[in-house]
Amino acid sequence: MVVFSKNPIHSVLYLVLTFFAIAGHYLLLNAQFLAVVHIVVYAGAIMVLFLYVLMLLNLNVDAEPVKKNWVKFAGVLSGGLLMLTLVATFHKAETLPLIQDNPEIGVTANLGKILFGEFALPFEISSVLLLSAMIGAIMLSKKEVKK
Amino acid sequence: MGTLQAIPLNHYIFLSVILFSIGVMGVLLRRNAIIIFMCIELMLNAVNLLMVAFSAHHGDGSGQVFVFFIMAVAAAEVAVGLSILIMMHRNTNTTDVGFLNKLKF
Repeated sequence: MVVFSKNPIHSVLYLVLTFFAIAGHYLLLNAQFLAVVHIVVYAGAIMVLFLYVLMLLNLNVDAEPVKKNWVKFAGVLSGGLLMLTLVATFHKAETLPLIQDNPEIGVTANLGKILFGEFALPFEISSVLLLSAMIGAIMLSKKEVKK
Repeated sequence: MGTLQAIPLNHYIFLSVILFSIGVMGVLLRRNAIIIFMCIELMLNAVNLLMVAFSAHHGDGSGQVFVFFIMAVAAAEVAVGLSILIMMHRNTNTTDVGFLNKLKF
């Protein structure tokens, strides 16, 4: 649906649906914190950003040029072959029942202990990354000053 | 004592594989740069789902922390990518990636 709808706005809405489904899977896996963060970050922030850019650029007309048929065929074929290869790889694996030894692992308190204990340095680095991305985005989208 | 879930681990692997392949097909098929970005997000999410599944399976919280970092990186990537897209649209009036084959105007 995300790939095949002609209108980019419909594509964004289908992607939001997919993200909610993935958040439901996180809940099923007892990862409550990640489910909430996923909904907030993806469905709340990133998709709104996409929709905003779509509206800003006024792209909701399907002005996409038609691709040649053999290019489409080659794309579908290579994607299908990738899927077939991966499925065949994992098909032989024995069916493991998903045993959760520690169901409390996804609760915010436990994740916070890991995040600020073992992974404190990557956490700080990711904050620097977010800051630099913010500055970069502002600098890129600023109009150039005429000299 | 672990709780037994109804959905086995293999189904999560298959779901991730299918999502990832849909993302790859989208990148190959479409030429609108926004849709290509969305397909990249789809692929990142497939990997995230797999990581959470294995993290729950092993009872190790590190996988979920990694997923948290991947989300942060994805947010940064989308912000920079969309601003590049706005620049591109301002300069060329299109978001067709086939138009950008010159590397310089």
